[in-house]
Amino acid sequence: MNIYVCIKQVPDTEAVLNIKEGKFINEENIKWIISPYDEIVLEFALQLKEKNSDFKVTLITVGPPRAESTIRSGLAMGAENAIHIEASDYLDHKTIAKALAQALKNEGDFGVIFTGKQAIDDDASLTHIYLAQSLEIPVVTNVIGFQMEAEKVIVEREIDQGAREKIEMSIPCVIAATKGINDVNEPRYATLMGIMKAKKIPIKKISIQDLGIEGATPTVTTEKLEAPPEKPSGRIIEGEVTESIKELVRLLKDEAKVL
Amino acid sequence: MEDFELSEEQKMIRASIRDFAEGEIAPVAEELDEHEQFSVELTKKMGDIGLFGIFVNPEYGGSGLDYLSYIIAVEEVARIDGSQAATVAAGNSLGIGPLYYFGNQKQKEKWLPELCRGEKLASFGLTEPEAGSDASATKTTAKLENQQWIINGSKIFITNSSSPISSVCMVLAKTGKRTDGKDELSSILVPNGTPGFETKTMKKKLMWRSSDTGELYFDDCQVPEENLLGKRGEGFHQMMETLDNGRLAIAAMGLGGSQGAYELAMKYSKERHQFGVPISTFQVNAFKLADMATEIETARALLYKACRMKNAGLPFSKIAAMSKLYCSEVMGRVVDHAVQLHGGYGLMKEYAVERFYRDQKLLTIGEGTSEIQRLVISRHIGCHS
Ligand SMILES: Cc1cc2nc3c(=O)[nH]c(=O)nc-3n(C[C@H](O)[C@H](O)[C@H](O)COP(=O)(O)OP(=O)(O)OC[C@H]3O[C@@H](n4cnc5c(N)ncnc54)[C@H](O)[C@@H]3O)c2cc1C
Repeated sequence: MNIYVCIKQVPDTEAVLNIKEGKFINEENIKWIISPYDEIVLEFALQLKEKNSDFKVTLITVGPPRAESTIRSGLAMGAENAIHIEASDYLDHKTIAKALAQALKNEGDFGVIFTGKQAIDDDASLTHIYLAQSLEIPVVTNVIGFQMEAEKVIVEREIDQGAREKIEMSIPCVIAATKGINDVNEPRYATLMGIMKAKKIPIKKISIQDLGIEGATPTVTTEKLEAPPEKPSGRIIEGEVTESIKELVRLLKDEAKVL
Repeated sequence: MEDFELSEEQKMIRASIRDFAEGEIAPVAEELDEHEQFSVELTKKMGDIGLFGIFVNPEYGGSGLDYLSYIIAVEEVARIDGSQAATVAAGNSLGIGPLYYFGNQKQKEKWLPELCRGEKLASFGLTEPEAGSDASATKTTAKLENQQWIINGSKIFITNSSSPISSVCMVLAKTGKRTDGKDELSSILVPNGTPGFETKTMKKKLMWRSSDTGELYFDDCQVPEENLLGKRGEGFHQMMETLDNGRLAIAAMGLGGSQGAYELAMKYSKERHQFGVPISTFQVNAFKLADMATEIETARALLYKACRMKNAGLPFSKIAAMSKLYCSEVMGRVVDHAVQLHGGYGLMKEYAVERFYRDQKLLTIGEGTSEIQRLVISRHIGCHS
């Protein structure tokens, strides 16, 4: 079976982000990584492959040329193939999903398509839904458990208050996984051998223009980007212990409104 | 750190080994150091990610990478822990290296795969109680009788020779006299566990406390004639070549250790407040950090140049000695500043900088002291001719 893992290149979790022209992120000096949820689900997909020798794992991403380094990292972990749909950044989720869907249709034979439950840059949680819609196949989000049977998959998804919902669905389908899917919490390290092998794998490059999805008007555009307001500094309540505790409780109730 | 002119793969190697060192080595480094414990488990993990046999052809289980990639990997391990970097540097340069470069097909097939997996370690037995800087003064003898080498003598300070996974030592021994009257030296492969070969782990070290260091004793130890490494009488030449390569790895430890200590010092100096301001803002401290950063960049440029010369097949013996000398001495200055910037806390084991301070000292002594490096360099630049 052909397994596809959708990966997104995002700024490192520790990157200091600056805003450019009120709308964009200044990309200078940013370290780019594979979005952590994508990395976990890639790890999971690779483990599936190790148990099923006829599975093939292909990475697919929509992104600017710099996204290639993220693809190489995924290949170094052990994916066999990769598709890079080259596009300028700042596409809306629906357009990205359409591009992914079209490229997958062109590939033809896809089975399970994995994504992370969200990308950690904009945390939108939209692409996998649009993708499933474009391909007219089922999608489940927040997937924490995954079993496969002959023609179907049985998944468990996290819902409110730690409860789990069990869903059966046909293949092909889109699975948006959360951290801890089948207890996979850590991605593997790329081995030196893996890095060498990855170097030799050709990445299939497709220009987004060639996918014929033009005219897809973006449903979302960025109007303005601003940093969150700075946190006010902490406050120390002075005085007698009994008095200061009363004051603390009052502040928590009336000002912070957390009690 | 500017990774100017590195290939994509080299950048990926740095990133991957950095993640590994921070994730797997950093959490246990202090504890292993404290208990002088060599870790079989961690060595295997280092093998799994590919830290052994980096420059060895995949045919024998290596990764088939160039020397600069190897050096970057050692640098990244040393940025976190000197002891594990020692296991890796000696494992590759002194254990795997001579076997790979001088061994015959059969020897390579027999030993290399498990060494490259990090399941076993090989060692390079050169130094003796009476033969340190003057390694050619070897007293250990190997006599060929009935197609068996009979070995007698002892070795000291041999890295990776006495651990639970040490599999074989390449022993430098006198195998006769040359026509010019000098000793004929040859290397012989002696598997650990051979009767007459005893190892004793050396304890109470100041530094590299979780790296394995052994004393070796040979008492009528017999191994088959075919255990000769390369040709008879090539021992001295093999030793010199191995040390040239090894110096690059020791230099990488100096560079990586400097980087690690500098980062610790930088972080601490910005967090520590005295007189109401971070101590990094006092000019005397800021200048220390500036000097550290400058020397580290210089050291990196020199060492990477040496690696590129080796990759290009150019003579690199002089620049290898320069790199080893410079990188190890830079680390001496860097750790001195780094501990000074930590004040009293820098003298306590809770602060990793203390370990860097101790681990540095070996680097100006092992694989040729700083004095011997200066001797090598001064010969190369023609001071004695
Ligand atoms: C932890 C550790 C690991 C080691 N691992 C290995 C290993 O794996 N394999 C191996 O074979 N060896 C190993 N060694 C040995 C190491 O290479 C030697 O300690 C080193 O070469 C110095 O020899 P020495 O200790 O006998 O000092 P000496 O040679 O006695 O030197 C003492 C002092 O005299 C100086 N000196 C000596 N000769 C001269 C000269 N001609 N001109 C100026 N100054 C001179 C030296 O620079 C030094 O300062 C290891 C050592 C240690 C501590």
